[in-house]
Amino acid sequence: MREFGYRRAHDVHGAVALLAAEPEARLLGGGTNLVDLMKTGVERPALLIDVQDLPLDRIEVTQDGGLRIGATVTNSALAADPEVRRRYPALAQAVLSGASGQLRNMATVGGNLLQRTRCGYFTDPAAACNKRVPGAGCPAIEGEHHNHAILGASGHCVAVHPSDMGVALAAFDAVVGYETADGPGELPLAEFYLPVGDTPHLETALPSGALITGLRLPPAPVAAVSRYRKVRERASYAFAIGSLAAALDVHDGTVREVRLAFGAVASRPWRARTAERVLTGGPASAEAFAAAADAELAAAEALPHNGYKVTLMRNLVVALLTELTEEAAR
Amino acid sequence: MTTTTTGTTAVTGAVGAAHTRLEGLAKVTGAARYAGEIPFAELAHGWLVLSTIARGRIRAVESAPVLAMPGVLAVLHHGNAPRVDGNYTGPLGAPDPVVQVFQHDRVPYAGWPVALVVAETPEQAREAAETLVVRYDQEPHEVAFAAGHPDRYTPENSPQSPAETEKGDLAAELAASAVVVDAQYTTPEEHHHPLEPHAAMARWDGGRLEVVDSNQGSRFVAEELANLFSLDPASVRVRSEHVGGGFGSKALRPHQVLATMAATVLQRPVRVVLTRRQMFSVVGYRSPTAQRIRLGADADGRLRAFDHQGESVTSTVREFIERSADMGRVMYDAAAHHTVNRVVRLDVPTPSWMRAPGEAPGSFALESALDELAEKCGLDPIALRARNEPAAGPVSGLPFSSRKLLACFQEGARRFGWADRDPRPGRRRDGRWLLGTGTAAAHFAARAAPSTASVTAEADGDFIVRIAAADIGTGARTALTLIAADALEVTPERIRMRIADSDFGPAMIAGGSMGTRSWAWAVTAAARELREQLALGGGIPPQGITVRSDTTAAIAALAQKERHAFGAQFAEVAVDVTSGEVRVRRMLGIFAAGRIVNPLTARSQFIGGMTWGLSMALHEEAVRDRASGAPVGADLAGYHVAAHADVPPIEADWVDDPDEDDPVGIKGIGEIGIVGGAAAIANAVWHATGVRHRDLPIRPDRVLLAGGGDRAAG
Repeated sequence: MREFGYRRAHDVHGAVALLAAEPEARLLGGGTNLVDLMKTGVERPALLIDVQDLPLDRIEVTQDGGLRIGATVTNSALAADPEVRRRYPALAQAVLSGASGQLRNMATVGGNLLQRTRCGYFTDPAAACNKRVPGAGCPAIEGEHHNHAILGASGHCVAVHPSDMGVALAAFDAVVGYETADGPGELPLAEFYLPVGDTPHLETALPSGALITGLRLPPAPVAAVSRYRKVRERASYAFAIGSLAAALDVHDGTVREVRLAFGAVASRPWRARTAERVLTGGPASAEAFAAAADAELAAAEALPHNGYKVTLMRNLVVALLTELTEEAAR
Repeated sequence: MTTTTTGTTAVTGAVGAAHTRLEGLAKVTGAARYAGEIPFAELAHGWLVLSTIARGRIRAVESAPVLAMPGVLAVLHHGNAPRVDGNYTGPLGAPDPVVQVFQHDRVPYAGWPVALVVAETPEQAREAAETLVVRYDQEPHEVAFAAGHPDRYTPENSPQSPAETEKGDLAAELAASAVVVDAQYTTPEEHHHPLEPHAAMARWDGGRLEVVDSNQGSRFVAEELANLFSLDPASVRVRSEHVGGGFGSKALRPHQVLATMAATVLQRPVRVVLTRRQMFSVVGYRSPTAQRIRLGADADGRLRAFDHQGESVTSTVREFIERSADMGRVMYDAAAHHTVNRVVRLDVPTPSWMRAPGEAPGSFALESALDELAEKCGLDPIALRARNEPAAGPVSGLPFSSRKLLACFQEGARRFGWADRDPRPGRRRDGRWLLGTGTAAAHFAARAAPSTASVTAEADGDFIVRIAAADIGTGARTALTLIAADALEVTPERIRMRIADSDFGPAMIAGGSMGTRSWAWAVTAAARELREQLALGGGIPPQGITVRSDTTAAIAALAQKERHAFGAQFAEVAVDVTSGEVRVRRMLGIFAAGRIVNPLTARSQFIGGMTWGLSMALHEEAVRDRASGAPVGADLAGYHVAAHADVPPIEADWVDDPDEDDPVGIKGIGEIGIVGGAAAIANAVWHATGVRHRDLPIRPDRVLLAGGGDRAAG
């Protein structure tokens, strides 16, 4: 592997200054994805800036009843936090469904947002990949794609985003905070990940030289009745082939508010706003849940081997919303 | 109780009692060193470069820029590598051409070794290897395997293991059958990835080639290296003290040859360690299979027609046959009986032996088909098998040395609670999960191969046993200690077991479920003779008294019989047809495998095999990209094996299986644990959902699209 430098940052401004000075630098959080990619040669940074010591490891309840989550909070700490579990249970469940205990102890919130796809062509430097080498081609479209995107993909890339946490964050309108040499900024998660288009190598709208400092979760009373369900090819330690974060507020059999986000179907966590619109104000019934899923999935463009995800997501929407309806009735 | 007597008191009973591994403490504390981590002075490090095209020729290996990189010592390739001679036939046949590295410019598949970069550190070697530019003239390739490939052929018959067997009039018996099952099954390309990757250090020391390796047979590797490099066998020494798993992948592989080449060229020690990604291309794998099975039976389930046609892949450079159709030659008889293993040559790496070669994929198809026949006949699957127990080998006509298959089913059914099973599918539900149970038979041949051993009576009263056995994590070192202790009638503490050194003489490799049986035979023979010598009296001289054994004649004299281990597998599964998830809730395996030497490690080995059966049923599948010919997701994130959360409580036990005519009575347990496991699970998935899954692995997308469970839902 390429020889690289290593610097440990102790404050946010120091980290941002180091980042500004070395265009080929990468920020090192838990290293659970970046280090693997360095070993295989997918990532070849000149410098690692270790941000694990930055004072961004707190979870705080905001005045309006939301949460502020620091970028270096570990996945384990996030999932175990009582306020997260009480206010946004689907977020804790999503985080716990990912990786293993050891990895969650290392992985950070900031790194989780920026983790790369596990597409087998992306992770193999010998294969062509538009995400790694723009213009090289996407062999997944004609090749192995049974866990690739059905929504929002393009002819340039059909990879899916691997994060579970991000799916719950999408459902709860999280806002990403960052710092650059020019000062701080914010990006709603809905704008954080860029559409694939013909630039799959450009994954986020973060300005260059930006350091993610944390997340803001606006207050969402609906999130108190929420769940995350993940389907994967083994019981643990695998990325989703389809996942769903759902929150539901039902009153007298009518949907007052609903949040739905799909995982493992697109290049980013997929907020199912069409389905939400179809459901809101209507009956909380299995038929309505299915119709809402169908409305969302009408835009799906399946490849020869991933069409099952349409059925899977539809089934998950019906199953999870039915469970939440029952939970709300208790 | 402690025994401190000095050999006059006979002690036996070590065999059959549970013993922890002799090296267990060293392994769990990290004191046990493996081939990739033993330090050597002046050690240089080789990094392998594999072809990125699937067929063609190497036009150029652009070494010059790489040789200028920090620490780089050499770049070996077809233009400068020492010559090797692969024109010989060893115990496992002619060598796989992949070990005859860098002898020509042809590339027969993606992942073919094209260069080795040697440097002062592994990091330097890797960086240089990844920088090295190799130019090719590419040719069209084909890697896609499917049933009925137009280029498939039936290999030549060999007397020991014919490609095809046939008796009776198949068409007539099928036509006369009241019930017929005719089904196609497939299993994917599967890989064996031991925890410890392949690693070898080679150096020249006083005119001898010394190799410190991770292998399944040090003597075998030494003899192969001697053949390849045209060396006097006595001038090659291979050791392999600890091995972190083998499963068939650790015989002779390119890493030992590469280390030897580089050590020869550089005249200093060189180590080559393979990466996971490289292992997907250069250490062998299990071919995908497509199998058609036709069973014809009378209404009462008695078989009239048996037809098992297996197809598998081999490379263009070597014929390897995944013998999926062999199982029926032992298991089931019929008036018309036909089995054939066909292959097709594609531009892929040569497959190889992987745990229970032939039997693992073959048993999935055959034991699924038996379950389908039981369903069609309205018979209990165990009753169907009982009705078809053959009196002698269906193909050979030879008597069975022992055949305790029904005893396994009987004991298994009792412990599993099989009698309470409602045979109708799709009747049990637990929340979103449909529940089902299934069973399948298991079998593996009990063979032996000639081995030598020496036992030395030391002056201090201890005994040193030397045999070129391999402990690949199975507990062989401990088992042989128990065998030697009983044969010498002393406690195990008095035995000093030395293994995994080619200087100890010819011995069987750890493979084919033959290791413990073959080695125990040799150790017992030497120990008994030594004991007889000691019984004559007289003192033990300072150099000790050594007796050597060789079992070649004894094995040749063994009566011709069908010698096999048998077993019965049971599984209970939960299936969510709305998400496609399958969870195994419990497994039980009951085996009849002769004398069990160490119940503790034997149980572990059975459970390990059964876990692999689960993994094979639900998870394992290597994917090859048709366009590039290369594997996709060639790492353990992409190639799923069962995770801990997938593995339920698994019970393994055995029934008595004595064989008075057999000199050792041990049958070997290395492979049988995986046999039938996938079929038991697939049959349980049918019982849960009413849908047959004939393609492995039973992935969520397949379950989801196949549906089922309608009756349970109603």
